[in-house]
Amino acid sequence: MAEYPTPTTEQEFAANFAQIKPLMSNTEALYESSRCLFCFDAPCIKACPSGIDIPQFIRQINSGNTTGAAKTIYEANYFGNACGKVCPTEVLCEGACVYNLNEQKPIEIGRLQSHATRKVIDSGKQLFAPGAANGRKVAVIGAGPAGISAACELRALGYEVDVFEARAQPSGLTLYGVAPYKITNAETLAEMDYLQMQFGYRVHYNQRIGSREELAALEEAYDAIFLGIGLGATNALLLPGEERQNCVGAVEFIEQLRIGHEQVQVGRKVVVLGGGNTAMDAASESARMGAQDVVLAYRRGKDEMGAYEFEYDLAKAVGVKGLFNVAPVEIVGNGKVEGVRFIRTATVDGQVQVVPGSEFVEPCDMVIKATGQAKQTHFLHLIPGLQLDGKGRIVADARTGQTTNPKYFASGDALNGGAEVVNAAAEAKQTARGIHAFLSGN
Amino acid sequence: MPDLSINFAGIKSPNPFWLASAPPTNSGYQVMKAFDAGWGGAVWKTLGVPVVNVSSRYGGVNYRDKRLIGFNNIELISDRPLADNLREIEEVKKRFPNHAVIASLMVQSRQEWHDIVRDVQNAGSDGIELNFGCPHGMCERGMGSAVGQEPEVLRTIVEWVMEVARIPVIVKLTPNISDITEPARAARAGGADAISLINTIQSIVGVDLDRFAPYPIVDGQGSNGGYCGPAVKPIALNMVKNCAQDPDVRLPISGIGGIENWRDAAEHILLGASSVQVCTAAMHFGFGIIREMTAGLEQYMTEKGFNTIYDFVGKALPNVRHWEDLNLKYKVTASINEDKCIGCQLCYTACEDGAHQAIRLQEGTRTPAIIEENCVGCNLCSLVCPVEECITMERRDDGTQHLTWKERTEANDIPVTFNDERAGGLHHWVPEPSAALGKERHKTLPGKARALGSPEDAVAKTASDVVS
Repeated sequence: MAEYPTPTTEQEFAANFAQIKPLMSNTEALYESSRCLFCFDAPCIKACPSGIDIPQFIRQINSGNTTGAAKTIYEANYFGNACGKVCPTEVLCEGACVYNLNEQKPIEIGRLQSHATRKVIDSGKQLFAPGAANGRKVAVIGAGPAGISAACELRALGYEVDVFEARAQPSGLTLYGVAPYKITNAETLAEMDYLQMQFGYRVHYNQRIGSREELAALEEAYDAIFLGIGLGATNALLLPGEERQNCVGAVEFIEQLRIGHEQVQVGRKVVVLGGGNTAMDAASESARMGAQDVVLAYRRGKDEMGAYEFEYDLAKAVGVKGLFNVAPVEIVGNGKVEGVRFIRTATVDGQVQVVPGSEFVEPCDMVIKATGQAKQTHFLHLIPGLQLDGKGRIVADARTGQTTNPKYFASGDALNGGAEVVNAAAEAKQTARGIHAFLSGN
Repeated sequence: MPDLSINFAGIKSPNPFWLASAPPTNSGYQVMKAFDAGWGGAVWKTLGVPVVNVSSRYGGVNYRDKRLIGFNNIELISDRPLADNLREIEEVKKRFPNHAVIASLMVQSRQEWHDIVRDVQNAGSDGIELNFGCPHGMCERGMGSAVGQEPEVLRTIVEWVMEVARIPVIVKLTPNISDITEPARAARAGGADAISLINTIQSIVGVDLDRFAPYPIVDGQGSNGGYCGPAVKPIALNMVKNCAQDPDVRLPISGIGGIENWRDAAEHILLGASSVQVCTAAMHFGFGIIREMTAGLEQYMTEKGFNTIYDFVGKALPNVRHWEDLNLKYKVTASINEDKCIGCQLCYTACEDGAHQAIRLQEGTRTPAIIEENCVGCNLCSLVCPVEECITMERRDDGTQHLTWKERTEANDIPVTFNDERAGGLHHWVPEPSAALGKERHKTLPGKARALGSPEDAVAKTASDVVS
């Protein structure tokens, strides 16, 4: 029995994907900010990859200086509004809140952060401005959290910045990859507009940089190049039947969902393959799109899933069923997906082994593969001298983000292998400073 | 079952909780409703001369998300016709013969006092309260606190009143004076039967940051008002104590100031009040709060074995002493319960910045540690700690020695120079001043590396921009 009716209008879609961290009213923000203890050397700050001065901004909200609160947040993290909504705060700032140790609810830091930043975005008040032009130019490839954060910081440092984006809109996975109940498209884009309005970088949409010639042109025209390219398509499973209709990658499915909303169709019964956070998202989303049954299939036990516990809880709450210790063998069907042939597994000495003779077919009419994203190694090999590590990640100086080709710098998923928006935003800010140090000879 | 009833200077009441003279006692309707809810008595909103009120009369002090921890008003005495009030007093007394109705009065001439005292007696009032406390509006016309601040004038008016009074007379005192016992003694000298205190404290509760005017704002301007509410309780308690301990006052005291639950009432009573009056709490939460107050006081009395209110009136007074009488040999230091500590480190930073640098951080844990030899036992850490019973103040002396400043003075055993070995802070360790630098951690946050390009208009133009 489906928990959600299939949405047929934008309103129904919005209802099915109601925000799990809705905006706070002024009153709620006042009450919640009143609870903050203003800890010394606060654990929440330490838990935040971007090091936002959280007790400070909460105190600013509490004293009626919401604009100042937003400034505190943006000084540390240009994706302040998005991070308040999409960060796994349960394992970061809110997870570190000392109230947890007193069996009290932690402060809702994420929602307070979104409250303050949303207010300033809606007001259009300018908090920042470009620095005095220093005559140098930087090209940024990718308008995701890394690219846009780098662009902001570089503009503040006085650089001319051109951002080249393959897609039609900015913010990368914030718009194209995050579950719709975490942040809406309108919210995401409002923050992007707000940043661009203040910093004045140029973004060239639908301009994929994909060839050696294009890179050479950038190398010629710019003093440095920032790589914020993220990851690529969903990894292929290399299983028979993978090409059947309705067998899709999770990343591709979520991207369609973020753009198409109620126009996307899911099967009556969906099997999601994987045990990471993206798998949880895809499973939840299928249920919210009206699938009758959603099965989350993972080749190890429940406790070994990579997903955060709260993400699995979210999926369970919308009726997703877990199917553990199974490995897919074949996508069965006749043109269209009709089921997945699994074999049962057992973990012996940490190794997953199949149990011979235990194959069975789980019928379904849609398969979503949430089995990780490929690295963009083909593109990266076009850059002379650029080294990748054994997992296809860019090798770079941890402090400056400078790659083994000194003109190229990198941050975000392409560097860290795939992490949160907040990691990309924090890394990119630091890398922008690395670019500045390199170009200004400090 | 403890008996909550009182006989206050001859005024009988089923319990010690009275509504103070204020907006909640503006009409017979309200007083009857209050009695019906369980209040023992009511001091009627002050009757006297004709007045005209302004619109916009109250202002509040909020603390974080808590509303009205302080409250002020610029309202005057009753603006309803005297005849209406008298008729309603009579009606209330008929319906509630065993409840206390006290008429608060404020007029000017001897004849006016005589007339109005007779009027309220004839209406059936159980007592009279003389309003010598109102600190705004009326005092500018020579009444209210203008009387309360001049003990001789106060005494004269009390004498006028006593010439015709046939029911108990309470004098309500203003706290807007350096020594409240002076008007209290004048009240006694004039023949009053009791005193009540405190009236409101002259105040400005806040300033509008955009309109540059004090609250409450009347057409762009404001005036000082009378402050009350939970925030004034400590001031009231001290003044109640001062009057209760003064050997020349010796009058029953009706305690007023910041009472909103049974605990506040019990504190007033322990310091000498034998009835208590409530206003702000009733204005904030309505008359229904009386249920909690009577139930709480009853429970407290049961647990303490008090049969009547008088079993504990003034019970704390022997323990309120002058500073010079306190035992200098008493020694406590702080103790942190590591199992309860949640690691907020508020105690650390409070002691570092606000006290005696007697708490240090430890490697590998967020639980701070007390530096026993630096701890002077000031209590600050235990006051800021958000966890119940986590930081406790433990007694360190063996309790056998007792020596006060007074005794030392009498024995000629007090320090006379700062280098005197007997001087208090002489050997107390403090860090070198320069050791303070570089400790502000926010400067080193990764996100705080800089604040680039902050345009002028980043600063809000008006405070309302900031708030909304």
